[in-house]
Amino acid sequence: MSMLTTPLAVREEGAWQLSGSVELRPEPFGALAYDFHTRRLSFLKSPALVAVVHALSGCPSVGAALDAASVTDAERPTYLAALQSLAAGGLIQERAA
Amino acid sequence: MTALQERPFTDRPEGGRLVDQFEYGLDAPICLTWELTYACNLACLHCLSSSGRRDPDELSTEECKALIDEFERMQIFYINIGGGEPTVRPDFWELLDYAVDHHVGVKFSTNGFRINEERAAKLAATDYVDVQISLDGATAEVNDAVRGAGTYDAAMRAMTNMQNAGMKDFKISVVCTRHNIPQLDEFKAIADKYGAQLRLTRLRPSGRGADVWDDLHPLPEQQRELYDWLIANGDKVLTGDSFFHLSAYGEALPGLNLCGAGRVVCLVDPVGDVYACPFAIHDTFKAGNVRSEGGFDTVWKTSDLFLDLRNPQTGGACTKCSAFDSCRGGCMAAKFFTGLPLDGPDPECVKGNAEFLERGEAPDSSQDHSHTGTVRNAPVPLVLSPTRTASGTRGRPASACDESPLVTGRPWETS
Ligand code: SF4
Ligand code: SF4
Repeated sequence: MSMLTTPLAVREEGAWQLSGSVELRPEPFGALAYDFHTRRLSFLKSPALVAVVHALSGCPSVGAALDAASVTDAERPTYLAALQSLAAGGLIQERAA
Repeated sequence: MTALQERPFTDRPEGGRLVDQFEYGLDAPICLTWELTYACNLACLHCLSSSGRRDPDELSTEECKALIDEFERMQIFYINIGGGEPTVRPDFWELLDYAVDHHVGVKFSTNGFRINEERAAKLAATDYVDVQISLDGATAEVNDAVRGAGTYDAAMRAMTNMQNAGMKDFKISVVCTRHNIPQLDEFKAIADKYGAQLRLTRLRPSGRGADVWDDLHPLPEQQRELYDWLIANGDKVLTGDSFFHLSAYGEALPGLNLCGAGRVVCLVDPVGDVYACPFAIHDTFKAGNVRSEGGFDTVWKTSDLFLDLRNPQTGGACTKCSAFDSCRGGCMAAKFFTGLPLDGPDPECVKGNAEFLERGEAPDSSQDHSHTGTVRNAPVPLVLSPTRTASGTRGRPASACDESPLVTGRPWETS
């Protein structure tokens, strides 16, 4: 879990990954994310968001992960906002690019 | 012929609200209750599982461990352990450690008798274990009348031990009854005093609860009082989303409004039987047994009962009700055990639509492990006249946004 109290902004240039204490469980509508530290359960309601989150660690940047999951330009703000909430909840953390 | 209404199979919609997705079920439960034993040192009047005596066929330590392995494989991230009183199993602490070592977090419910200083210190030391103390009155008078002599003091002792050990946010779990609804503010004060979280749940006519239902279930005006209190305090108390039938008063309560039975919720009982919900221990709602070939995974994914439950209700009187979207006809178990049709209104329908319904025979219980002899601290039922507390206008929580592809928040636990 990120030790930061104010999460960094998730920008397309930044590099992020799933936090170490978090696991994803695939579901027909997307995935469940569970944080073993905070005991919080979150629901990723779109398979595309799950694809983006999975792609994060293997991509040089958030933008590349969005591309990898075929997120269109029009959808980007929504997905960046969703990633921002994931960051705020400590579910994803920033890493060195 | 099952007691369930025939539901046409329909395809899962794409996107949309989470609650609609949940209606079609999940690949694994998110609210799994596992009752480890029917044995209990108490004899609470409203026990949902009619517990008391151990069943000779209860799962062995090895079988329990194999089941935990299966939970891990299915990525069931946490389970609710109950009973009976789970801590009376000699291997309870061993199983708790085993679960934690296998990435299965545990919240266990206890009456607190065995949470001494030493245990409290151990519990406080692990992130993966959460404790829930049962308390059904904010005073010994109200609590002990339901749970038995000395149980209030035992709960307070356990809470003191946990607080002293530095355990934060453990749960105090209250089953709301006619006698304790006037004490909601007092419960909140107790929780605050111990650094605990208050959890309020609904009384259901399950197990021995059927015998005391008529005397204990909240009166209609108390349901309104409870609803108003939850609207005012809902973000600070847990409810296991068990009061969604009250959402028919107006604004929906926070949380998911649906019956999760067999969809996101299930029960594994001490002998390995899998039921749709902890409040539905009856042959009608038994999906299979974890000892059968394919184990729990197969029961969850393929049992006829669960597949049937994973189809949204399309018929019945409630679907025509203006409140159906949030109330969904209420609790399946409450209807079943009061002899009401499953596709009609809840026995506590706030619109009063269950009052004039013809009730069938209430079904017999399919199991009873109640103590047969005398129990040392057996409860003596109270007759108290409920008093109402004034409820003024209060702030209301904003409703959740349905548009985001992400829903974060409350760990969804039921019942
Ligand atoms: S609504 Fe009733 S039957 Fe359905 S999951 Fe909740 S307690 Fe069980
Ligand atoms: S009629 Fe059914 S849906 Fe309407 S309030 Fe009563 S129980 Fe709920």
